[in-house]
Amino acid sequence: MRSNIFCKLRRSVAALLFAAAAGGVLVFAGPAAAQQSMAGSEKIWNALKGDVLGDRPILLDTGLIRIEAPKRAQDAALVPVDIYIDPAKAAGVKTVTMVIDVNPAPVAATFQLGRDSGVTHLATRVRVNDYSWLRVIAETDSGELHMSQTFVKASGGCSAPAVKNSKEALASMGQMKLRQFAPPKESMTKAQELQLMIRHPNNSGLQRDPLTQYFIPAHFVQNLSISQGDRLILSMEGGISISEDPNFRFDFAVHGTDDIQVEAVDTDGKVFTDKWPLDPTGL
Amino acid sequence: MPIDPVRRRMMKGLASCGVAALSCGIARRAFAAADADFALREIADGVFAFQGVNELMHPENEGAICNLGVVVGADAVAVIDSGGSLVEAQAFIDAIAEVTAKPVRYLINTHVHPDHIFGNAAFQALGPEIVGHQNLPAALEARGEYYLRSYREQLGAKLMEGIKIVPPTLLVDDTLELDLGGRVLELKAWEAAHTDNDLTVLDPSSGTFFAGDLVFMGHLPTIDGSLLGWLRQMDALAAVDARRVVPGHGPISSEWPAALEPERRYFEALAADLRQAIKEGTPLAEAVKTAGRSEAPNWALFDDYNERNATAAYAELEWE
Repeated sequence: MRSNIFCKLRRSVAALLFAAAAGGVLVFAGPAAAQQSMAGSEKIWNALKGDVLGDRPILLDTGLIRIEAPKRAQDAALVPVDIYIDPAKAAGVKTVTMVIDVNPAPVAATFQLGRDSGVTHLATRVRVNDYSWLRVIAETDSGELHMSQTFVKASGGCSAPAVKNSKEALASMGQMKLRQFAPPKESMTKAQELQLMIRHPNNSGLQRDPLTQYFIPAHFVQNLSISQGDRLILSMEGGISISEDPNFRFDFAVHGTDDIQVEAVDTDGKVFTDKWPLDPTGL
Repeated sequence: MPIDPVRRRMMKGLASCGVAALSCGIARRAFAAADADFALREIADGVFAFQGVNELMHPENEGAICNLGVVVGADAVAVIDSGGSLVEAQAFIDAIAEVTAKPVRYLINTHVHPDHIFGNAAFQALGPEIVGHQNLPAALEARGEYYLRSYREQLGAKLMEGIKIVPPTLLVDDTLELDLGGRVLELKAWEAAHTDNDLTVLDPSSGTFFAGDLVFMGHLPTIDGSLLGWLRQMDALAAVDARRVVPGHGPISSEWPAALEPERRYFEALAADLRQAIKEGTPLAEAVKTAGRSEAPNWALFDDYNERNATAAYAELEWE
């Protein structure tokens, strides 16, 4: 487990260095960014995908997984992303990796779905630094890779993919909130929706401290697991491009009456845990 | 204040003949093409302001979208914000020279946004102390490089030429007085509201309050700090002892504190819609499409900024 994380982090660093170099090229490419960035984003991805996924073929738009995001980011620091998995095939999905090509560390997060977790929809919020493809890649138990992608134009105006209220972000770090939503009335399944919110600046780094001029190390939630009792529903590794105050909303299949438990670990090694009784009525 | 109206008229005359433009080079000509007269209006004795247009920054307006201010004391001058491009800032500097020969001792940056600070580099040659909120350096560090890159598309490479991030040299952690000679400005650093680095300037001698982007009129307010923080500080803002306000965007000499009411009403409508959506479990992506829409007829740039405000505010309000 530990070496796996380390390996992923090392990959992220390699990706980060690469993106920094590629970013430099983009900066000097001039103002016609809108048209060039779709190709520029693609170029970054083509150089990156072998490192992230190996040499396996990537099946595009098979319907197994689908990503949705606004065509234009309203707030660069908070871009809502919805990931849908075909319910008929969800049981065979092992991991879901989210990639934002142009971000400093393109691999935003890798989610692992628990056995029989019943997760078919996951909504979160990410930072998007520039015009970019957002991609999700599902890896099945048999090793197939299925990808869905959507292009997001960067936000205009003065929004930036940065923390808005730095003092508050640190003061309330580690607080968690869980909301439970009952399944829609017409639904025949036992699927219920959860929304997990964690207070954390989730700072992606690459900024200097104005006083010392040293780079502030990235500080984000890099490991998260959400379980019902000892059954894993969903876990996440990475998380560098997840927005400040990470927020995950997803459906899941209820098994029994055990509590919902959450453990989050950030890059400083701080561990945050919490648990809540299952509330089958929701809301 | 000893401003010579004849000298001012003469200078304006020269500028419109193109003589001054020639001597100032390309930058001045570019601004002159868009706006032959960089209109610095005297709104009180020794207090001047420029009114930006209610637009997004683009090449045609040369970034001149926010209001700028000048206060002239017996010894020195304070400038409030530097504008959204070096072209605008140079026109601003020229206009200041037309109304006073006193040195610009302070350039006050009201917050981190590009329309207010992209002109900073043009002022460096005048050697002022650059004054900012104690959180401004960190905000510039977190966003500066991103702004320099992302605004290339919006403003164009030509206008971006020479623009750099110039951090403040004097920080305000609570309040600070700046003595211009016979005239003492009162600066106040606010808790997070429009941004987490909002700084305001009060000139008690004329009763003029430079609110920066803590006050928007006509132009939809943008929330890049904390909606709740802004609402919490509304009463403290309204209590600022002034007769008139120069908002960050909108009419440059407006009645105070009545000027606050439209934005307060918008914030309350937006917050009420979002609280209802959050209570009902409506997801962010869906809720932001309708929240605050009842206010649409009252504001310029509503469609440009409302969804973004709703997005930031939703993420904040769901923690209540």
